[in-house]
Amino acid sequence: MTPDLEAVGLSKTFADFQAVKNVSFTVPAGSFFSILGPSGCGKTTIMRMIAGFLEPSSGDIRIKGESVLGVAPNKRPVNMVFQHLALFPMMNIADNIGYGLRRQKRPKAEIARKVDEVLERIGLPGIGQRKVDELSGGQKQRVAIARCMVLEPDVLLLDEPLGALDLKLREHMKLELKALQEAFETTFIYITHDQSEALVMSDQIAVMNQGRFEQVGTGKDLYYRPQTSFVAGFIGDSNCWEGKVESVDATSTLVRLDNGSAIHGVFDDRTSHVGDSVDIFVRPESIGISRNASDFLDCENRLSGQVHDVIFNGAASRVMLRDSQGGTMIEVALPQSGGSTDLLKGESVHIGWRAAQSTCFVKGAV
Amino acid sequence: MTQMTARLGFFVLLMPLLLWLALLIIIPHIDMFLLSLRERVGVGEYETSFANYLILFTEPLYIWTFVRTAVMSVLATAITLIIAFPVSIYIAKIAQGRLQQILFMLCLIPFYVSELVRTFGWMILLRETGIVSNFVQWVGIVDRPVEFLYNDAAIMVGLVYTSMLFMVVPLVTTLESLDNSVIEAGYDLGGSTLSVMREIIIPHAAPGIMSGCIVVFMLSLGNYLTPIMLGGKDSLWFTEMIYNQFIVRFNWELGAAFGFMLLVLSSAIVWAMLRLTGQTLAKTME
Repeated sequence: MTPDLEAVGLSKTFADFQAVKNVSFTVPAGSFFSILGPSGCGKTTIMRMIAGFLEPSSGDIRIKGESVLGVAPNKRPVNMVFQHLALFPMMNIADNIGYGLRRQKRPKAEIARKVDEVLERIGLPGIGQRKVDELSGGQKQRVAIARCMVLEPDVLLLDEPLGALDLKLREHMKLELKALQEAFETTFIYITHDQSEALVMSDQIAVMNQGRFEQVGTGKDLYYRPQTSFVAGFIGDSNCWEGKVESVDATSTLVRLDNGSAIHGVFDDRTSHVGDSVDIFVRPESIGISRNASDFLDCENRLSGQVHDVIFNGAASRVMLRDSQGGTMIEVALPQSGGSTDLLKGESVHIGWRAAQSTCFVKGAV
Repeated sequence: MTQMTARLGFFVLLMPLLLWLALLIIIPHIDMFLLSLRERVGVGEYETSFANYLILFTEPLYIWTFVRTAVMSVLATAITLIIAFPVSIYIAKIAQGRLQQILFMLCLIPFYVSELVRTFGWMILLRETGIVSNFVQWVGIVDRPVEFLYNDAAIMVGLVYTSMLFMVVPLVTTLESLDNSVIEAGYDLGGSTLSVMREIIIPHAAPGIMSGCIVVFMLSLGNYLTPIMLGGKDSLWFTEMIYNQFIVRFNWELGAAFGFMLLVLSSAIVWAMLRLTGQTLAKTME
């Protein structure tokens, strides 16, 4: 089966700045594909090239196997949901949704029927005669998607459409977007800087940094098996330390941090050599915390330290710990079960984690 | 007590506006209206009647000039709009950064010079021994000097040139307020340049188009200098008729009636334009 969208060696250079560097990816039909990256990483440039507003400097874009290079935006089988939705304020909702159909010169009765159908599908029947500014943020969102979906595009592009919504609504829209995508069975390409949006909705996520794709995979892959230090640092929270490899054995690597502490870690599919400079990432939620040292006998990494601060943030509460050996600050998730919720500042505690949970990357390696 | 002071303060602050309205607009107009209703029946003897207005409608020259001025002004407004719209789109949407500022300045700079001098500029270009005349002779299209001045086309050129800025400014302002992504969405959903223009850009710019048109129309209708200088003594412009009645003929009563009819005419045409395009005056003033 031909993939819905294929990018081959896509690059874009503006004057003296290369925004997108040789990016290739394939999006299978009917999937939800996210491009996740910090602002300025080039994700919007990719999106605009797919939509046809920018011509790639080199490379090819194929939609359902056919190259769309040189095809104007209004002739491409892709539609885009803009960051600020870009609903037409001079038209009512029905005219907004019917705009694309009118451009295709469909008969009036058919347009009216299709508009009603799609309004039904997005759960907003009968709002056709309302004005754009009479709708709430979430309703506008759905209308913007309906306006594209009524044209039955091969690929729907979404450019951070949830950015303007408040937190509660955003959480709700994430699930709703995923449900809409499944209902329409259309390929969605979603770009965002919000990892939670990408993780919740996507089948596949591409993490992008400085014009390159760092890693493409499912949310689980990215979270549990990051392949580069950028991905490890960008997805989820991490403690990040620098050190040098001191010894390597069959199961783990011993890394000496700059301040003297020793950490056991693993390298993901890579061999390391004694003396290599490395970054170590340990997620706060994979570190156990207890008042008894004996709880961590099966952990390769066992440390003790003083509670420096407790940051309460509901389920995402953190304990900041100062390691008593090297003085490293360690961020540990505060478990909501077991007797650690009453930790106080200055208290001595023990922490431990398995070597497999500290991921190491040799510095400078790509 | 505080309410009293607050109310007093309100009136004090409002006073300049009220004085301006009353002294410079309402009182002169009432006076002019009363003046226009006086019919001279003998030396120093007057009666109240609509005789002056009747003269306007019975004298063919006057009514012809009246209609002609209105039609020419509407035409000048339309031509200004047609020229200014693409210019404004270029300034607001296509030009970037410095170029945008420079282009806007280029529209503004001619207005640093007084209208009289600007119109003389056109006379230098268009007169019989002027640059345009010499050029067409040099190219060989004609073999004698040609007079380009003192015709309706010359008046039209002058009116459009004088009005351009007043059309460009409101257009650029409304077009700039249109989000680029809305235009892009228009293309993305399958629109051609023509349909994006018709369904998105023009409806959005409608209030700007209207306010530009109103200003340009009023300026053209009330223009005195340009029609006289470029159209000559017999340019048949209504303001010239008013001037003649007041200054040359010393017939203030008829002049006042003419002035009042010009006010009625401009109000009626602006009202008709608003009705025709479904706009309201409030919307165009935003």
